[in-house]
Amino acid sequence: MKNREHMPLLEIMGINKSFGDLKILKSCSLNVRSRETMVIIGPSGSGKSTLLRCINLLEPADDGNIFFEGNDIARELRRAPEVRREIGMVFQNFELFQHLTAIENIMLAPMKVLGMSRSDAHDVAMDLLKKVRIPERADFFPDELSGGQQQRIAIARALAMKPKLMLYDEPTSALDPEMIREVLDVMAELSSEGMTSIVVTHEMGFAKRAADQIVFMEDGEVIENAPRDSFFGGTVNERATRFLDQILH
Amino acid sequence: MSLDLVFDYVFSPAFFDGALLTLLITVTSLFFGMIAGLVVALLQESRIKPLQMLTLVYLWLFRGTPVLFQIIFIYNVLPTFGVMLSAFASAVIALSLNEGAYMAEIIRSGLQAVKKGQRTAGLALGMTRFSVMRYIVIPQAARIVLPPTGNQMIGMLKTSALVSVVAVEELLLVANQTASANFKYFEALTAAGIYYLALTTIFMSLQYLLERALDRKRPREKRRPVSLMTRLTALTAKTEPR
Repeated sequence: MKNREHMPLLEIMGINKSFGDLKILKSCSLNVRSRETMVIIGPSGSGKSTLLRCINLLEPADDGNIFFEGNDIARELRRAPEVRREIGMVFQNFELFQHLTAIENIMLAPMKVLGMSRSDAHDVAMDLLKKVRIPERADFFPDELSGGQQQRIAIARALAMKPKLMLYDEPTSALDPEMIREVLDVMAELSSEGMTSIVVTHEMGFAKRAADQIVFMEDGEVIENAPRDSFFGGTVNERATRFLDQILH
Repeated sequence: MSLDLVFDYVFSPAFFDGALLTLLITVTSLFFGMIAGLVVALLQESRIKPLQMLTLVYLWLFRGTPVLFQIIFIYNVLPTFGVMLSAFASAVIALSLNEGAYMAEIIRSGLQAVKKGQRTAGLALGMTRFSVMRYIVIPQAARIVLPPTGNQMIGMLKTSALVSVVAVEELLLVANQTASANFKYFEALTAAGIYYLALTTIFMSLQYLLERALDRKRPREKRRPVSLMTRLTALTAKTEPR
């Protein structure tokens, strides 16, 4: 049983991705075990977002393997909707559905993908709104909410599908500084409850607080992949150290 | 000039039937035109190259020639290929195909106005491309598409007068025939004008109601400030002795 817990939920083996002549990902490999939180850092253009989009098949990897729960999904583009049901994603610009209220945003996929009844979906959504601490905003439209609130709704929307893995693509980069905290708190809480997560972020505070593993990417390559303590203990690659110095000023 | 005669015409069966036929032509052509437009717009969104080419040829043909030409062409040329159509059917087909070409452009611009990230978010939730279209893109595009569609509806009502060239007894033809019998053009055309204005007014009101119905934020914003009356009745309801 214990052994199973520590089997990687996601195993990425040597994936490459190019857009035209531009090599975005160069033979990237990563393992994420169940209940772990991995934080990916690196300069912009280093391929972090593309890597996330390859995992849930929004971008097909050119080659390599992506094992999710032991099955190679890298070529399973036909089954992409099934794979994506199990993998939640949160975007930099929230991407809440503008024509739906907060609670309807959360209810849509459970109803239309899982075939849940409206009242069941409503209950699920209400619980999640409480979890992200804004039940009172249930009937507001996205453009009536602050960025921090929108992002928390977006997290709830992804959670409504009961995903086994959450992908966060720079979830706080579009937020005003005073709203970053409320989003990171929700994410950290989920991580501490055992939600397996991959987070692309520049928030080193979050990495120190919630990450189990920290990955540093540059030019489409995984340069460093270390447990949190050794990463911040300074026993890391010189390029990663330089990057850390830059973002911490 | 006699206003009495204008009213006689307005309430005469001939004018009424003409107006009814104008309305019928307009509504059926709009119906089929919108379906054609939606299909063509969705085909353009698809990634199937031959279908895209086909839609481009269609748009090129029907936006590049006058409607009047299309009406006459379908009515007079198709029979030589063995396709016999009534004047009414030819008229509706021509107007529908023409409308489809314009609606396709309007719908396409509406679909494109919905940001790509909205689709990505839908896909990331495990929705199929069809569901993303149906539940995320089309509802948002509908709001963008509505005002220009209203213009098209009113435009069609007026364009329908062109089908008089293939002897469909619509409103303008009735008016013209009536007038040429007694040279009372003012009365006959005024009666027709009244009908046109009445019909366009109905269309504009419909557009207004539709725009209001699609604007979902309105009802809730109205709800927030509770009216004096409800506050008063709520108060009495609470203080009522049990």
